[in-house]
Amino acid sequence: MRISEAWRVAVDALRANRLRSILTMLGVVIGVAAVVALVAIGTGTKQQIESQVEGLGSNLLLVVPGRLEAGAAATASTMTLDDVDAVTRVVGDRSRVAVTVASGETVRAGSRSSFASMQGVLETTPTVFVRNLDRGRYFTRSDVSTGRRVAVLGSAVARQLFGDRDPIGRQITIGGVRFRVTGTFEPLGQSLGVDRDSEVHVPITAAQRLLGTDRIDGLAIRAPDRERIGALGDAVVAALVERHPDTDFSAVTQEQILGVLGDILGVLTGVLAAIAGISLLVGGVGVSNIMLVSVRERTKEIGLRKAVGARPRDIGVQFLLEAVLLTTIGGVLGMGLGITAALLVDRLSPVPAAVTWWALALAFGVSAAVGIIFGVVPAQRAGRLDPVVALRTE
Amino acid sequence: MTGSPAIVATDVARTYELDGVSVTALKAVSLTVEADDYLAIVGTSGSGKSTLMHLLGALDRPTSGTLLIGGRDVTTLDPGEMAKLRNETIGFVFQSFHLLARTTAQDNVALPLVYRGVPRRERRERAAAMLERVGLAHRAGHRPNQMTGGEQQRVAIARALVTGPSVLLADEPTGNLDSATGQAVLALLESLNSEGVAVVLVTHDKDVAARAHRQIRMRDGEIVPA
Ligand SMILES: Nc1ncnc2c1ncn2[C@@H]1O[C@H](COP(=O)(O)OP(=O)(O)OP(=O)(O)O)[C@@H](O)[C@H]1O
Ligand SMILES: [Mg+2]
Repeated sequence: MRISEAWRVAVDALRANRLRSILTMLGVVIGVAAVVALVAIGTGTKQQIESQVEGLGSNLLLVVPGRLEAGAAATASTMTLDDVDAVTRVVGDRSRVAVTVASGETVRAGSRSSFASMQGVLETTPTVFVRNLDRGRYFTRSDVSTGRRVAVLGSAVARQLFGDRDPIGRQITIGGVRFRVTGTFEPLGQSLGVDRDSEVHVPITAAQRLLGTDRIDGLAIRAPDRERIGALGDAVVAALVERHPDTDFSAVTQEQILGVLGDILGVLTGVLAAIAGISLLVGGVGVSNIMLVSVRERTKEIGLRKAVGARPRDIGVQFLLEAVLLTTIGGVLGMGLGITAALLVDRLSPVPAAVTWWALALAFGVSAAVGIIFGVVPAQRAGRLDPVVALRTE
Repeated sequence: MTGSPAIVATDVARTYELDGVSVTALKAVSLTVEADDYLAIVGTSGSGKSTLMHLLGALDRPTSGTLLIGGRDVTTLDPGEMAKLRNETIGFVFQSFHLLARTTAQDNVALPLVYRGVPRRERRERAAAMLERVGLAHRAGHRPNQMTGGEQQRVAIARALVTGPSVLLADEPTGNLDSATGQAVLALLESLNSEGVAVVLVTHDKDVAARAHRQIRMRDGEIVPA
């Protein structure tokens, strides 16, 4: 029997029981749709986080106290601005080194107030990270060295405090201390779960005086090129350890952060897909069940086909194709439904979703495989039917 | 027409095992079907006629004895090879027609050719020619439920013939038909026999049996003198 013939017979059989075929497919449709949509959400989230990490700027090296290991507790920083000078000597270029000391503070302008993340930083921040100003100017090296109380506002803070008015040159208070606004940032949105638009940047010296501390929380270095980033990290860590013999320091690159985040999100996506896969499995059991019913119903037909020359193989292939047809049609419909769901989620909710070709190919392959796996038993049963017994069945 | 016999059964027996009890449906039957035979098998209900027909048609395998169909020893064949042998040498006609309900007369007739790998267009041509042969060309596009019993049986005969078999096995082919329609079906079988197809039919009807060239009578799984 030709395979094209077997397809024709399978299609006819499915058509003859249209409603039943559709209901059977529904299980597979839902399973595949769930896999496609959930994998799309996982992939979209991963892509978004990656683009956020990359959006920080290229060739970045983040230096923090303590060891970066799974399960290690965060270490309180003992670094000061003197350490920054030592690091700057290692790097050889002050404009490549950024420093931060951060604190949540209430910022007021007249009767309005906003809760903001105050970042004490060097004047180098806009060149080390990607931060573009909307209006005004950033502060200067001399602002930092003299500890002037000037501030650059994130777009959300600026809007909350001043609405549509121009904030440049106006007075605000941070933690009760008066500052003058010199600039505002362009909107940046979230990165890694932090709202970058509610930051307020001030010179680190002013921030330290406000907080009554001389610590810094961490520093970041923009390496001149990708090749030397590792060696530079080692040199910086060595310089810091020399000054703080009791403390460990770690230098991590964007690639390393991406790697860790990617692994976590990969596992998460896998778990989501596996959960969705269970519903696909249930759909497969439904297909198996209906195929067994179909074999029983068509026992006489099977007997007749065998009497006129169908081999066990011919009958088996016919029923297997029927099962595969059910699950692959269900798979294609499920892909359509999953893609639609993913696009809707992406459009209508803050959760990102990205449909990828490999996920679709996988979903299609899995649904075909489900048809084969769950069609084999009914197909074998049909193929092995004794023609004499089958013809006698009423 | 003479030549090597179509089927040679020697001491074939068939025993069914049912829940540990064995029922012997056929006890050591020997029978030769000649290439141009027209043979009627008669006997009481349960005497083993259908069982014998299934064996002669390679639908079933004897429990013991040897069975040559078209010169091939059935006991050495696997189910796939038996299917091929049926397709090539045997045509079956059943009492209850056994047509596929959702399929047109033409496609029902063409069905055996599907399993022979004949291309669709040629299948349809041959099926149409065979329907013409049984006088049903005008029914080609009809489904079984749009036809009378006699027409359905003629479609079934066309299906049995479409592969050009050497033996036609008909188990009570007129059992579900009124006598006039039965006569027409028998006339058709006889004209085929005159063209060189061996015909073996089972019947409960004396008159039908009398038309055959020879009769064998069965009782309790054995061939008894007529
Ligand atoms: N599949 C089977 N399993 C068990 N016993 C069977 C089976 N097929 C037939 N038999 C038994 O074998 C014997 C012969 O049956 P068979 O069908 O050959 O009779 P028959 O002569 O064709 O009868 P009828 O004229 O009623 O068609 C009967 O006793 C029947 O019960
Ligand atoms: Mg019988």
